[in-house]
Amino acid sequence: MSARIVHIASNTFREAVRDRVLYNLIAFALLLSGAAILVGQISIDIKRLVVINLGLTAVSLFGVVIAIFIGIGLVSKEIERRTLYTVLSRPVRRWEFIVGKFFGLAGTLVVNTFFMAIGVFAALLFVSHKFARPDALILVALYFIILQFLIICALALLFSSFSSPLLSAVFAFSLFVIGSFAEDLRGFAGMAHGLTRWLASAAAYLVPNFSAFNVISSIAHEQPVAGQLVLHNTLYALFYAAMALSGAVLIFEHRDLK
Amino acid sequence: MPVIEILGLEKTYLVGFWRKRPKRALHPLHLTVEEGEVFGFLGPNGAGKTTTLKLLMGLVFPTSGSARLLGRDWTDPEVKAQIGFLPEQPYFYDYLTAHELLNYYGQLSGVPGKDRKRRIDEVLQRVGLTDVKGVQLRKFSKGMLQRAGIAQAILHDPKLVFFDEPMSGLDPMGRREVRDLMEQLKHEGKTVFFSTHILSDAEALCDRVAIIHQGELRSVGAVADLTSSVQSKVEVIWQGREVPPSMKALGAECHVTGDTVRAVLAESQQDAAIDALRRERMRLIAITPVRTSLEEYFIEKLQQSETSVGSTA
Amino acid sequence: MKSRRQTTFIAGACLVISLIMSILILRRVDQTRPQATLDEVLYISSPKVLERASLGYNGLMADIYWTRTVQYFGQRHYRSAQSYNLLAPLLEITTHLDPHLLVAYQFGASFLAPKPPSGPGQPDRAVQLIEYGIQNNPNEWRLYYDLGFVYYMELKNYAKAAEAFERGSRVPNAHPFLKLLAAQMAQHAGEYETARTLWIATYQTTRDGHVRSNAVEHLRALKVDEEVTRLQSAVTRFGARTGRLPSSMSELALAEGLKGTPVDPDGNPYKLNSEGRILVEHPDDFSFITKGVPQGYKPAPPKFHVQP
Repeated sequence: MSARIVHIASNTFREAVRDRVLYNLIAFALLLSGAAILVGQISIDIKRLVVINLGLTAVSLFGVVIAIFIGIGLVSKEIERRTLYTVLSRPVRRWEFIVGKFFGLAGTLVVNTFFMAIGVFAALLFVSHKFARPDALILVALYFIILQFLIICALALLFSSFSSPLLSAVFAFSLFVIGSFAEDLRGFAGMAHGLTRWLASAAAYLVPNFSAFNVISSIAHEQPVAGQLVLHNTLYALFYAAMALSGAVLIFEHRDLK
Repeated sequence: MPVIEILGLEKTYLVGFWRKRPKRALHPLHLTVEEGEVFGFLGPNGAGKTTTLKLLMGLVFPTSGSARLLGRDWTDPEVKAQIGFLPEQPYFYDYLTAHELLNYYGQLSGVPGKDRKRRIDEVLQRVGLTDVKGVQLRKFSKGMLQRAGIAQAILHDPKLVFFDEPMSGLDPMGRREVRDLMEQLKHEGKTVFFSTHILSDAEALCDRVAIIHQGELRSVGAVADLTSSVQSKVEVIWQGREVPPSMKALGAECHVTGDTVRAVLAESQQDAAIDALRRERMRLIAITPVRTSLEEYFIEKLQQSETSVGSTA
Repeated sequence: MKSRRQTTFIAGACLVISLIMSILILRRVDQTRPQATLDEVLYISSPKVLERASLGYNGLMADIYWTRTVQYFGQRHYRSAQSYNLLAPLLEITTHLDPHLLVAYQFGASFLAPKPPSGPGQPDRAVQLIEYGIQNNPNEWRLYYDLGFVYYMELKNYAKAAEAFERGSRVPNAHPFLKLLAAQMAQHAGEYETARTLWIATYQTTRDGHVRSNAVEHLRALKVDEEVTRLQSAVTRFGARTGRLPSSMSELALAEGLKGTPVDPDGNPYKLNSEGRILVEHPDDFSFITKGVPQGYKPAPPKFHVQP
């Protein structure tokens, strides 16, 4: 059983690579080196700040875009092109297909993020000539970004299991934006009364909470990240992704492949 | 032992966006196929052949009914390790090469590593894709994709294969090769279940056929029995600008185009026609059997029943 | 069939468990980071940077910051915090992102100036904020009113207050009471009267719940202050006439010809202590009173009787 998931995942990864997804790294490298050179002309103190802020923000946004645009096609494209017929007529369970696809996409993003991380550290070295202890915090920020990707991958896959790619993209992107303001949303819900409060709170807790994952600006200011937050975010990302995946499995398990 | 037992599988789709209306794609179907048979599943386009195959493959779920494949429940995933399936107009991951595709499918079917390599080379040889095994499938023609599709269906040495319209998209050579391949499979003791809307494909191969029309099973039996009532026809083409009266006398419908004449007549008149042309010293170009499609078959059947009984079939 | 039902069951169970767990974890996260949304303000306090970061969606961003402001203030109030140091930056960011968000200026006028525990005690920032608002909305008479309000109530700068009301009264469609207020400033009319006029005006011209309930509290406190002052002078009169302090409130009331014992806005009778001071029964119920409290009384955090 686990072997089939691995095969599906590695085929998904191969598809992403052959579809030239990793070319985004070139754009990323250009952006970052441009910024590193430009910022070198400005003041000393702000260099590090700009490189970290810009670098990590770009890692996050590039990854989100990739996650959404690959994720939304993972299931629907296979149904549309009927490539799924020859997969599901083998001893492959439908849930294995979903889980394999998820790991394939997540793996693609991890590899992509790994290369981008090298880029960020290289740019940092270029502007400040040496690494300092607080730079290790960047790793925490990168870890949070990857956790965020897991959630987005699972959500894109969920939408992909019942909706068209375009609609899925709209849904997934909206949730990303809403999720980035999830804490405001919960605060907002807390200010309401009665039924509205109840409904708003339910919605606010159901959308993914991305604000706790964004530590870029605090890390740029060398603020430490609480160990508790690392633990909570890890658990949250795992459970939320599991929830979205279970939803995708439930839908896909009952879907007729017309 | 029956290899395929279809026990009243039925499918009703809900169509329409807002107010869904039920549309019956398949009436309850009962069908049994024995081991080692080549079984033709015949019907005009849209008759419910593909729906039946998708139900058996677990791609769509039945409204009611069940089936047994190789003596086990058809939804049992392990059964599928013994089954090969070629979908209609197959399409594959176009970023893979033929070899990679087969390797992936071999992995999914649980073919162990060493066997896999050998099997892949074997089936590539068998469908004639050895030379292009390193080419990405996006560069494949329709016929080549069909061959790749057949290769993946027999890759894991299944006991039972399902082919959905295996001849479509192929040139005459390709048809011939697929026909030969199915015969080989039969010799290897495999059960072949294939759908087609071309009657002659079935005639040449099948032990038995089932005919399905508008989602309903019409008849099951040997091809000859089912089609005996339908006259086979041949097409005769010769050089000339006019139709000799002797040909007209045979009841042929003739069409003159340029300096060739094309006539379609009953197979039983074939010898008489050749004699007539010889007498007239006409140069014969070709005689080919006319492949009766099932639409024609049904039209003919309907006409027959209307004229003889005066009621609809 | 069987395996499919099994998968459905397991996936359903996973879904429910993960949902519950993720909500529970989220609640923990919220507990450990009560002010998470405000972290940004600590790092990016420059409204200009934020404006660029919002990629042109300034209006939406301003709305988000406005809700953050209200939430921040509400939470601080609730916890009777002693500092409100983010209130001014939050309001400045909000109004910079959307200079036409009038309610934010009103909010600033009411809450920036008061000292802790009611506010950060920054009347200068309040004046700055409202001047910025006037710059961007020169035809909004409410802003001039807010400005005059801060000058009068918090800075006690009557000349500036008069000037603000005067400027406001020249704006087209200005409310007529601005002229009246300007005149009152010039005359230095009875202080309670003017304050009452101002608070009533604030109450009537705002739609913001916080500003409104704040005005109600001030009006209640004004009434108490006024009555305590009046009763205190009655005590003095009584002393001058009889050479002793009244023994009880009823004796004082009788001497003054009042009907019954005077009561505060909550209906509790005023008390008279042995030193002849008039006291309120529950001083904590009147958040902004300056009179009628025991010596050395420390004001409690404001209580709002009308829900915002």
